[in-house]
Amino acid sequence: MFDIDKWQEILSTIKKNKLRTFLTGFSVSWGIFMLILLLGSGKGLQNGVQDEFSGDAVNSIWVGGGQTSLAYNGLKPGRNIMFDNADFDAVEKNINNIENLSARLGVWSSSPINYKNEYGTFDLKAVHPNHKVIEKINILSGRFINNIDIEQYRKVAVIGIEAKNALFKDESPIGKYVIINGINFKIVGVFSDKRDRENRRLYLPISAIQRIFTGRDDVGIITMTSKSNDIDQSREIEANLRNLFSKRKTFAKDDERAIWISNNLEEFKDFMDLFKAINIFIWVIGVFTIIAGVVGVSNIMLVVVNERTKEIGIRKAIGATPWATISLIIQESIIITAVSGYIGLVLGVVVMEFVANNIPDSQFFKNPGVDISTAIYATIVLIIAGVVASYFPARKAARIKPIEALRHE
Amino acid sequence: MIILKNINKSYDIGDSKLHVLKGIDAHIKQGEMVAIMGSSGSGKSTLLNILGLLDNYDNGEYYLNDILVKDLNETKAAKLRSKFLGFVFQSFNLISFKTAVENVALPLYYQGVKRKKRNALALEYLEKVGLKDWAKHLPSELSGGQKQRIAIARALISNPKVILADEPTGALDTTTSYEVMQIFKSINKQGISVVIVTHESDIAQMCDRVINLKDGLIINI
Repeated sequence: MFDIDKWQEILSTIKKNKLRTFLTGFSVSWGIFMLILLLGSGKGLQNGVQDEFSGDAVNSIWVGGGQTSLAYNGLKPGRNIMFDNADFDAVEKNINNIENLSARLGVWSSSPINYKNEYGTFDLKAVHPNHKVIEKINILSGRFINNIDIEQYRKVAVIGIEAKNALFKDESPIGKYVIINGINFKIVGVFSDKRDRENRRLYLPISAIQRIFTGRDDVGIITMTSKSNDIDQSREIEANLRNLFSKRKTFAKDDERAIWISNNLEEFKDFMDLFKAINIFIWVIGVFTIIAGVVGVSNIMLVVVNERTKEIGIRKAIGATPWATISLIIQESIIITAVSGYIGLVLGVVVMEFVANNIPDSQFFKNPGVDISTAIYATIVLIIAGVVASYFPARKAARIKPIEALRHE
Repeated sequence: MIILKNINKSYDIGDSKLHVLKGIDAHIKQGEMVAIMGSSGSGKSTLLNILGLLDNYDNGEYYLNDILVKDLNETKAAKLRSKFLGFVFQSFNLISFKTAVENVALPLYYQGVKRKKRNALALEYLEKVGLKDWAKHLPSELSGGQKQRIAIARALISNPKVILADEPTGALDTTTSYEVMQIFKSINKQGISVVIVTHESDIAQMCDRVINLKDGLIINI
């Protein structure tokens, strides 16, 4: 099958028919090129969304207060639901399968935050120590808020890398003080987050904030991670939370707007299902594009066989077996599809890389590209395509009777 | 070498049948040079095609080198052809995009001979027909006589027992025709049987024996 002579035979016939071969190959190249582009873009979309999710723990669940929309137990709709320390403790006590639990309270600062003569407006969040896991906070130096900070109402802060760069420049901020609403907070750590906007944030211990700033025991939203990545478990937690709060806050269980619960795992799964579907869709389009190319190759190979009827007849007269004729056509077809398909593949990857390096990362599009397994699948598809494309022409060639072929002008 | 017993062949033409060969008996011995003559429509080309295993016959028996060849599949026919037979055609039938030496070497390719060896052999055979200097030329750069000599070299390279020539001089002028016939004669002297289909009597006269065909039968003049 792969002897050098046959290659030379094929190469010499291809060389004699450059334009025809080029036109044939082009349709296949184009098909593969489009397939790679589509798959790469799909991957880019997926990466973008995946990245968006990877800013937080994938198994995180977020609960926040809303406004009741149904009358319940003699109470009018339209009540605001807010969570406080008691609710936080109730979640800790009553809900099973929670691994990390934290609250997150937004802090409003009336004046810019400053360190010496540098001022800036930053996002302030008061949290518990476990929040580090829930929002996947990456500590670059120092530490995150710990339990002692909470117990002792310490006025400490963990600063995001961009906020640190704005206030401290190249200085190490650990142990230095920033002024928030006129009060000194000691920086104990620097962190980075996958989401850029969260790098302009400072985390503060929630106990101190409640005591100093709000004077109340509001906790904002309650965040947690489930023990496993099991979707059923997180759904159960979701249901239990709704149950618990409907009792504590006296609202109808089916009142969807009294509290909101965001289940990252569920959303993540939904997105992954969506991308699976998109991927299948892309392959279907791609394969049909390739089929168009294959039909082109097949068509041209038929013309080739027709044009070469006499030549094939001569070959048969001087001793070519039918199989020698068939394999000549099949191999020529495979070579044309494989080489031109490969060119399309490489071009597609190059364009994809170029795009990846030259577009700004957006929230929904990141690192487009094809992985090695996709390339391998595409190659397999190509070779099969080559065989399929040559089937009818080869059969036709095999049926050529030398005697008729020699009469053929 | 070749024994034909009561060979019959007919073609379907629409509803009717055209009976082309109506019982041919012939015996061509090893090393014989035979001409098959006949007017157009006498069945001489059909007979040559049957001899060359390019066509099947309806009934009768055909022995090639003592092997009964009947209803062969294409693969077997191809193998026998490449083992025993060499073809020379009126229109040369060289492959236009291959050089002279590649054309001559082609039968050996189908016998699985290595490239170097077959090219060396092809050069040798080109030399025998006096065209060694033209080895790298394409058929389109050669004259009719040269093309036919290349075709003869191609027919000889597989070392056949029989050369079958279909009007080999039909497209050539008289001088070239005679040159080509001289080549056939010298081939014949090496013990290879030569069967030439022709309608030119001067060509036929150069052979040992003439088989005259008329309306599908051998006639004696």
